[in-house]
Amino acid sequence: MKELVIISGKGGTGKTSVAAALAFVAENSLIADCDVDAADMHLILKPDEEFAEDFYSGLKAEIDPAICTSCGLCQEICRFHAIKQVDSFFSVDFLACEGCGYCFEICPVKAISLPQQNVGQSFISNTKLGTKLIHARLGIGADNSGKLVAKVKKDAKRIAEEKGLYYILVDGSPGIGCPVISSLSGADLVLFVTEPSLSGLSDLQRVWELTKRFAIKGVCLINKADLNAEISAQIRDFLSREGIGLLQEIPYDEDFSRAITQGQSLVEYAPEKWKPRFEKIWEQIKKELK
Amino acid sequence: MIIVFTSKGTDWDAKMDPRFGRTDYLLFYNEETKELSHIDNREVANQAHGVGPKTAQILFERGAKVLITGNGPGGNAAQALKQMELKIFVGAGEMTVREAYEAYQRGQLAQGA
Amino acid sequence: MKLAIASGKGGTGKTTLAVNLALHAANSQKVVLLDLDVEEPNSGIFIKGELKREKQLVRHVPVWEKEACTLCGKCSEVCRFNAVLKLGKHILVMPELCHGCYACSELCPENALPMQESALGRLRHHQIGSLDFVESKMIIGVEMATPLIEQTLAYAEAEIPHASLQIRDCPPGTSCSVINATRDADFALLVTEPTPFGLHDLSLAVQTMRFLKKPMAVVVNRVGIGNDDVFKYCEAEDIPIWASFPHERAIAELYSRGETLYDKVDSIRAGLDAILLQISKLGGGK
Repeated sequence: MKELVIISGKGGTGKTSVAAALAFVAENSLIADCDVDAADMHLILKPDEEFAEDFYSGLKAEIDPAICTSCGLCQEICRFHAIKQVDSFFSVDFLACEGCGYCFEICPVKAISLPQQNVGQSFISNTKLGTKLIHARLGIGADNSGKLVAKVKKDAKRIAEEKGLYYILVDGSPGIGCPVISSLSGADLVLFVTEPSLSGLSDLQRVWELTKRFAIKGVCLINKADLNAEISAQIRDFLSREGIGLLQEIPYDEDFSRAITQGQSLVEYAPEKWKPRFEKIWEQIKKELK
Repeated sequence: MIIVFTSKGTDWDAKMDPRFGRTDYLLFYNEETKELSHIDNREVANQAHGVGPKTAQILFERGAKVLITGNGPGGNAAQALKQMELKIFVGAGEMTVREAYEAYQRGQLAQGA
Repeated sequence: MKLAIASGKGGTGKTTLAVNLALHAANSQKVVLLDLDVEEPNSGIFIKGELKREKQLVRHVPVWEKEACTLCGKCSEVCRFNAVLKLGKHILVMPELCHGCYACSELCPENALPMQESALGRLRHHQIGSLDFVESKMIIGVEMATPLIEQTLAYAEAEIPHASLQIRDCPPGTSCSVINATRDADFALLVTEPTPFGLHDLSLAVQTMRFLKKPMAVVVNRVGIGNDDVFKYCEAEDIPIWASFPHERAIAELYSRGETLYDKVDSIRAGLDAILLQISKLGGGK
């Protein structure tokens, strides 16, 4: 089994469009949408959410007013300003609470509990292609620790094994924090989708620094490549210096927006134009994964 | 010597689990007594943070000296394991536990950092 | 007035709007722009000002003092993040996992885990005319953005209280770092694009702002590339649209070069004026 993780650092480069297009041309595969904070794959792949599972992550403190003696010790020690007081009534500010449990340890009358929180759902779905999509939805303000991403990846591996599938395509998370780290862990190859803007280059460099720590091979697609010839050149230099293979440069094309507006992948929207291109990209990826 | 495997089941024919921190089970094999025991790690996997290091602590408490796994531990867990002078062997993610042990004995597994 | 500029989706033009709005508004009032997208801060690409101050920001993590320790293991017991582990005669602290709650340090009976400074990121405070621009950047390897966001907000509160308009360029998404960046803002301006991705993520952002009880309005970018579902959504949800910006390749090219738009593109300036008018109607800014 081989795992390809597609990330971008910066939003709006076309990462999800590329991932969806690859889903259409890749054989023997399934997709894991690890962009759990703002999952979008489903808008193109139209999953049926056949299996849904509640997701629990992180603890929050709760004060039982029946036991609480209003000593205020919890408020004194809380570093996150998460204990509120109205008259002699103490309660936990749900959003501010980090779930560290210090108040739980210190309460002299054991009035505080630390239940694990239901912060989202994970799904195993069938897509309109007849393939499997593993995805999830994280609730508002949830602690995005990477655990939900790990769950999506774990389910993806399990289903791939059950179905005898060989390729797992992962639509990764943006940024450089926990969810990206979780997206990258276990990858065989990383595909960076970038764009020739100063922001795009800067974010690519930052996310590459993170990827280097995992010693995973990287390849790159420059999207909207003709938007800025100078920066495209800078990106090419960067890729060459760092040993990241440049797969292709895709010129700026309104099809990217038009296709998703129709709820379609590029390959569905204009097959004559995009199918050969993405088939070629997929062949290049398979070669790298050997 | 005590060898620990990350696995999806509790016996020699179980498939290996490629992950470390969130592995389903930890299988301990005592080479002297030939005893195979296991711990269900899924409760640890259920935690949000620091799962790798927590799992490493369990290995420590059981006196494991060799870890055989798939991908290898992530950064935080690796730090913890280094502290323990434990040898890590990777690349067994697709094998059964038995196959992984045999591969280890034949020197066919790569040593992790 | 504290205005948070947010979006569910990345790449909709949040930073572009924040930067151009800040620069344009600074022509007539004192403005402070905070780039709170600390994992990938980009406003600095578009704003070149005089560096007024640079601060290395720190957080606090426990450090093990072997000599004082009696190996009671209390620290490892109380840490909910598995950042402190007892491995036989050794206490291992993993700073990446530490949330800075101080429980292990303060509950240690021997004072063997004092809290010490650890690098978090750096803050830069620039000034151009009546615009103060503060950008914070997280160091790579630190996993949690919220402490840096909070410290940046505190810095602005303490050092730049005189601005009539505070604009916050927030991180994308709806998770904990966005909540932190918008929590005590007066108003949320949500940036989107007229495509299904834009609409879907806008609805998530709207849910988040409603949860925080924040009054909000929407700005639609790149009008022309998709359909008008986003407009229908805002009408149905009774959310005002303060400005719409057209999709023009020329604008994308200017952006890619790190150039500002408010001073070069009339349609953009008109839209920014409309936004500033709405802000002043709310009693914020001038």
